[in-house]
Amino acid sequence: MFDLTGKCALVTGASGGIGGEIARALHAQGATVGLSGTREAPLAALAEELGERAHVLPCNLSDPDAVDALPKGAADAMGSLDILVNNAGITRDTLFMRLKDEDWQAVLDVNLTAAMRLCRGAMRPMMKARWGRIVNITSVVGTTGNPGQANYCAAKAGLVGMSKSLAQEVAARGITVNCVAPGFIETAMTEKLTEEQKAGIMGAVPMGRMGTPTEIASAVLYLSSAEAGYVTGATLHVNGGMAMV
Amino acid sequence: MSDIADRVKKIVVEHLGVEEDKVNENASFIDDLGADSLDTVELVMAFEEEFGIEIPDDAAETIQTFGDAVKFISEAA
Repeated sequence: MFDLTGKCALVTGASGGIGGEIARALHAQGATVGLSGTREAPLAALAEELGERAHVLPCNLSDPDAVDALPKGAADAMGSLDILVNNAGITRDTLFMRLKDEDWQAVLDVNLTAAMRLCRGAMRPMMKARWGRIVNITSVVGTTGNPGQANYCAAKAGLVGMSKSLAQEVAARGITVNCVAPGFIETAMTEKLTEEQKAGIMGAVPMGRMGTPTEIASAVLYLSSAEAGYVTGATLHVNGGMAMV
Repeated sequence: MSDIADRVKKIVVEHLGVEEDKVNENASFIDDLGADSLDTVELVMAFEEEFGIEIPDDAAETIQTFGDAVKFISEAA
């Protein structure tokens, strides 16, 4: 099950906790992986850990030209582009009344617009191959909303709508487009929360614990596999039961 | 028939899975050859690769028939 031998996967945000684990999971099933992110050192360290079939592809997702060039660069480096995982994301949390245009724009640019550009760039090789898997990492808060995260929630909800539209356009070409929506996961992003905030979150999670990056990566692996061929336009919620949607 | 027309016809036949004799000058990709809108985008992509040209989106929209494609490519290539 879930054999990805011969498949080439581009993962953005691979320098982060969840992205790195996604790359490890796909690689462990035989995929060649393209590790993208802004910080080159952690990408290089991950590539060294993985050994063969790992390529470092640094990219600043705030730079439209660099983003447009990434799918082609990835396909050239790896030989093809069969799987795209849009995982990279940033936050600029602030109360809505204090929300600045630049905080809004920066989050939309990286979390939504860059994902759109990468999907667009990946279409040509996937259409020609009559096979493709796109997995966009959204968030539980894209569905539920979250105080202080209007920009982030808008971008994540936007990803879901975009994915569903694209899924309908390319379904007949063997390309699936799905989302994975993590709840609270143990990463650098959630480490910034105070103990009090964490306790509040735990109270809202029936599972009574945070999720692990591996649990997100496993969902991505499933949606990237041949076995998930009849699943498209879906959002797989991985959140310990905190939102049953 | 010109070399360009032969190459365009080959792409259309392969891509849309239609009989070669159906692909005539006035054959509309969508109305006569069963293409959907995504097929027409893919055909334009295939033309771009075959002839090493770039077909801008506004020009691509004017390419409705086999004859349109041959004419555009003959002028561009």
